[in-house]
Amino acid sequence: MRRTIRAAVGAGVLAAALVMTGCSSSGSSNSNDGSLGTADKPVKLTFWGWAPNMDKVVDTWNSTHKNIQVTYVKTDAGDPAVTKLLTAIKAGSGAPDLMQAEYQKIPTLVSADAIIDIKKDVSAETTSKFSDGVLSSVTLGSDALYGIPQDSGPMMFYYRADVFKKLGLSVPTTWAEYADVAKKVHEADPKNYLGTFSSADAGEFAGLTQQAGASWWGSDGDSWSVDIDSASTKKVASFWGGLVEDGVIDNQPQYTPEWNKGLAAGTQVGWVSAVWAPGVLAGNAPKTAGKWKMAPLPQWTAGEQATGNWGGSAVAVTSQSKNVKAAVQFNTWLNTSKTAVSQMVTDGGLYPADTVDSKAALATGNGFFKNQPDFYTQAAKIAETVKPFTYGPNVNVAYSAFNDQFGKAAQAKSQQAFLDAAAQMQKITVADLKNSGFTVK
Amino acid sequence: MSTVTKPLGSRGSMARPQLAKNRSGRIGANDKTSYTSTIILLLGALYCLLPLAWVLMASTKSGGDLFTSNTFVPSRHLFDNIVELTQYRGGLYWRWMLNTALYAGVGAFLSAAVSAFAGFALAKYSFKGKQATFMVLLAGVLVPGVILAIPQYFLLAQVGLTNTYWAVLLPQIISPYGIYLARIYAGASVPNEIIEAGRTDGASDLRIFLRLAVPMMAPGLVTVFLFQFVGIWNNFMLPYIMLGDDRLYPITVGLNGLLNQGSTVPALYSLVITGALLSIIPLVVLFLVLQRFWKVDLGAGAVKS
Repeated sequence: MRRTIRAAVGAGVLAAALVMTGCSSSGSSNSNDGSLGTADKPVKLTFWGWAPNMDKVVDTWNSTHKNIQVTYVKTDAGDPAVTKLLTAIKAGSGAPDLMQAEYQKIPTLVSADAIIDIKKDVSAETTSKFSDGVLSSVTLGSDALYGIPQDSGPMMFYYRADVFKKLGLSVPTTWAEYADVAKKVHEADPKNYLGTFSSADAGEFAGLTQQAGASWWGSDGDSWSVDIDSASTKKVASFWGGLVEDGVIDNQPQYTPEWNKGLAAGTQVGWVSAVWAPGVLAGNAPKTAGKWKMAPLPQWTAGEQATGNWGGSAVAVTSQSKNVKAAVQFNTWLNTSKTAVSQMVTDGGLYPADTVDSKAALATGNGFFKNQPDFYTQAAKIAETVKPFTYGPNVNVAYSAFNDQFGKAAQAKSQQAFLDAAAQMQKITVADLKNSGFTVK
Repeated sequence: MSTVTKPLGSRGSMARPQLAKNRSGRIGANDKTSYTSTIILLLGALYCLLPLAWVLMASTKSGGDLFTSNTFVPSRHLFDNIVELTQYRGGLYWRWMLNTALYAGVGAFLSAAVSAFAGFALAKYSFKGKQATFMVLLAGVLVPGVILAIPQYFLLAQVGLTNTYWAVLLPQIISPYGIYLARIYAGASVPNEIIEAGRTDGASDLRIFLRLAVPMMAPGLVTVFLFQFVGIWNNFMLPYIMLGDDRLYPITVGLNGLLNQGSTVPALYSLVITGALLSIIPLVVLFLVLQRFWKVDLGAGAVKS
């Protein structure tokens, strides 16, 4: 995930401090009175999140539910928010009732007792609105339910339709074709690339291996297994390593000013991304509106239909919440009511995880993809093909190992270095898991 | 030139030609060194000012132009950017600006006040444990504030004050360095005789402090105030750790948050750049207005015995 170095350092310092300061008053003390409040004496909830315009959705709730009043607090996205929550949990106070949490962070939060199982307060009708793949990231394959999914990020392939037309290229449906097209794009103009291998986006790489059939962690009761350096990961690593070694795709990280410039100037001709890409494209390269098109991710075997997930969050109830029932009621409304989900699409530009209630709002298509009016119909089809994937309790360690190892490999421009990087990631992740006291198989 | 020749001439009956040669040699050497140092200084100035110029130019560009147009060619979107920044989530940016002013202004004022009391007491009273207190304070000067941020977070969490204005204000009120400076300054600028005179006239200790000592310590306290003000204005770590609600953020943490939107939302580069530019202005004004005090006081505090 993108963040400034400062923030990264900050998160690191916080994390280190958490380890050092043993003064924790863990053991959640929920009074759990189940009160739902009245208009005169409303239950007050706090909700931390960072999704754009979520405050407006919360306002809608507050104006129609006088008995439960929610204060929305916009925090920094991703890692800093998690670190802040964990600090508050350790400190014994200061945590909100509800918290937006990226899917890959949920095992970390569960193992830190920061978020709780809300299964008994959530109906089967609510959970039936999510695809199995998405639901598995909040159940972690158990009987529990650690949050209600908010948005998801099925991965797709974006390309500049105008450039493809000019060069007479057809949209790649397999990765072999992708490599071929990448070569042609770069040969036609050495400044242009079909994509880049970004060593700053571990989530993207994880999604690509997910498509290939990898699942980096596995849990069996109390023990964890790590399978980062699997055949599937090796396949993906060696594919991108080969492209970088041949110089047919770029080796610079995404979300840098340089990369933004490439998008805007048209030297980045394609982007392997996810369903939320239109927002990023519109923000970084507004003048390329109408020139992009979206297609399913290229496949490893022709005719197959599979994709991975990059991004997306759930909303969880924290272990410091004293009003779990009210929090779950709000959470259910927020992520599975037609009103809230529609507003999430129109105001927030999110792609809701709730596939039932979002249909109407998504039917109008995406403003940046006017040339592709059925954008969300296609997206919904692609979303159904997300392969299962399990995240472990030390995703942060694995991801930072990815940044370090693949960062070096991308600069070295060698296929072998990519394979070595995957092996290193495995080693670092297993060592950390053992160090943190988990049983590792 | 006469000032140059005079001391040379006074050395004795030096031969004229030699003197001339010497003189021209000296001037040549002088010119050369001044060229080199001028170039070095110019390079230094360029090094410092170039990023500022970049911010200035970039803040005039629209989001679409930012990464595509020539870096140092200005565009005409500065006003649009300011409007957009002002509109961002209902003027949140200006709230950050006010927050920062509050944190820095109130924090620095309280800090200067505490420093004045503590510094005066340490300099002019003798009491048990005075040396020990001062040593602890000196040790405190050596501990970077960043290190204390986490323990302070845990302490404030115990009393439920995290994520409030107090979380940022309280830890910055006590500044060991400020107390140290105030003690030195009180020791140097408030004569014991004046305190004794005050006592003879029957003034209470508080009155002596407020009416006699504080005015004499004023320049030193301005220095403490400025140090703390700039320190708090630029502080990132403490508010970053203490605050979760972005309505309470100071500018530093707020702008960082604008860049840190998560991978699914584009970073708001134009807003951040414009915001950074605007956030410099109050500090520039403060420095231009208070620069005099700053310089004089550091010098004054250092040379008085």
